[in-house]
Amino acid sequence: MEGLFFNIDNGFIEGLVRGYKNGLLTSSQYINLTQCDSLDDLKLQLSSTDYGNFLSNVPGSLSTSIIETKLNETLYEEFRYIRSQATEPLGKFMDYITYGYMIDNVALMITGTIHERDRSEILERCHPLGWFDTLPTLSIATDLDSLYQTVLIDTPLAPYFQNCLSVDDLDDLNIEIIRNTLYKAYLEDFYQFCMNQLPSPSNEIMERLISFEADKRSINICLNSLDTDISIDDKLKMLPELGKLSNSAYKNQLTQVEDLENLKSIITSVGEFKNFFDDSNDKNLEDHFYEYEMRLCKDAFTQQFTISTIWAFIRSKEQEVRNITWIAECIAQAQKERINNYISVF
Amino acid sequence: MSGAANREQVFATRMTLALMKGKLKGAQQGHSLLKRKSEALTKRFREITRRIDDAKRKMGRVMQTAAFSLAEVSYATGGNIGYQVQESVNKARFTVRARQENVSGVYLPQFEAQINEAINDFKMTGLGRGGQQVQKARDVYAKSVQALVDLASLQTAFVILDEVIKVTNRRVNAIEHVIIPRTENTIAYINSELDELDREEFYRLKKVQEKKQIENARVDAENALKKEAEIQAEVAQLAAASSGEALTAETEEDVIF
Repeated sequence: MEGLFFNIDNGFIEGLVRGYKNGLLTSSQYINLTQCDSLDDLKLQLSSTDYGNFLSNVPGSLSTSIIETKLNETLYEEFRYIRSQATEPLGKFMDYITYGYMIDNVALMITGTIHERDRSEILERCHPLGWFDTLPTLSIATDLDSLYQTVLIDTPLAPYFQNCLSVDDLDDLNIEIIRNTLYKAYLEDFYQFCMNQLPSPSNEIMERLISFEADKRSINICLNSLDTDISIDDKLKMLPELGKLSNSAYKNQLTQVEDLENLKSIITSVGEFKNFFDDSNDKNLEDHFYEYEMRLCKDAFTQQFTISTIWAFIRSKEQEVRNITWIAECIAQAQKERINNYISVF
Repeated sequence: MSGAANREQVFATRMTLALMKGKLKGAQQGHSLLKRKSEALTKRFREITRRIDDAKRKMGRVMQTAAFSLAEVSYATGGNIGYQVQESVNKARFTVRARQENVSGVYLPQFEAQINEAINDFKMTGLGRGGQQVQKARDVYAKSVQALVDLASLQTAFVILDEVIKVTNRRVNAIEHVIIPRTENTIAYINSELDELDREEFYRLKKVQEKKQIENARVDAENALKKEAEIQAEVAQLAAASSGEALTAETEEDVIF
């Protein structure tokens, strides 16, 4: 039944996204890219893919950062195009995708404001997908309270701030905690949205994807806070209430553990994450995360009549940008031995 | 280099000679001291050159891994974290201390890097994503800065030593090729002048002696003549007396009382 009326609203977009998906680089194209000896070769190779002549207007010599910027621009363009075609609830769904970037931008703005940086300088660094109209006004706030009262209340992020708003002053330690607390609230809200508003099978696929996103953040937060003086309460505040690691037994263990080995044994006790700390083949935890996520995204494409393909596509595209940047970086720095660390599933 | 030109303008006296001899001795001593200093510095200089070579090679390697670890960070965090790191730092974790080292009287600055492990301002960066890569990159970059600091002290020492060695060698050469020959020339000149004076003096004395001898001879001759005359007069008197008739033979003046 779910497919019956899907195409009325979302047929075009799904077709479009699947078209985009087919444009993602394949393993053999990646192999071609890794054979390049210079960035100009890379450009030549990329021009035979869907990227076409995206680098043709670059004056002077190529650099990795230019390539990265240009790659990201194509991603933003595709995203905006899909967004402009979207109807409800897809529009709302895509807005939710941008909230994640908005949180980063807000955190960036607050950091810049504390250090009294030039506003235009900070705005330049903001993520384009997380842009919202009131973003530039964030810098007028001096403390978290007035920030919330005057600016954030009008943004979509307002409900998330309610949960982590406290009288603590804005300092750098808190910025990271605020960011992660916000992200936790965002993930939970997004999850609720997907469960309640999206039809099956979109909600099932999104459940898997968001749960993994939450687990990924949980693991990262616990791992990276090992040597810091973040209190257990703060950690609990940052761990999302969803995903495989969200039941209270795991959470308590994760937050109380004090050394890497114990943390590893807790995480690897979850079936799916069993090999995450296997560091053969020069793979680190991030690589395992990305690989697992890409597998989930690939699986997401196997279902038809879902809007979760858009999320999967955005993620895959982001990974592709990272891959190409990585390959470009390896070529630019002549460090060919690790050039095959990219993740390609298509 | 004519002998006359390459000497000091002095009066040739014994006092200046003594002065010059003192100067020559001083110059020779100075020369040997400076030569030894220059050799010590050159030895040090060669060592530093070798270490600079090592340090530069090491720096190349370290910088490469550092740049690469940054690439890893941007891969793992998926974005630009430079700004966050930049903003969250307010205490220096890596400090450089300068002290001086004395090599044969030359003060060479030495830089020492110190890492305060307790200070880690951006340990929260990448909390939700890629934090480990950030810390790893930080460690690798700390190493590369360390290599740079080492290189900096070597390089400064290199420049300073180079300058000092040049100055010292100039001095050594100046003493060896200018001051010592000139002093020697001056001594030789003074010696020759003094000898000349000696010879003149000797000749003068001889002349005086000659004059004196001539004079003596003349006086002697005169005296001899006088004596002769006296003797003859005496003889004549005696002859007259001895004839017995002296009283008769000659008409005596009347003695008038």
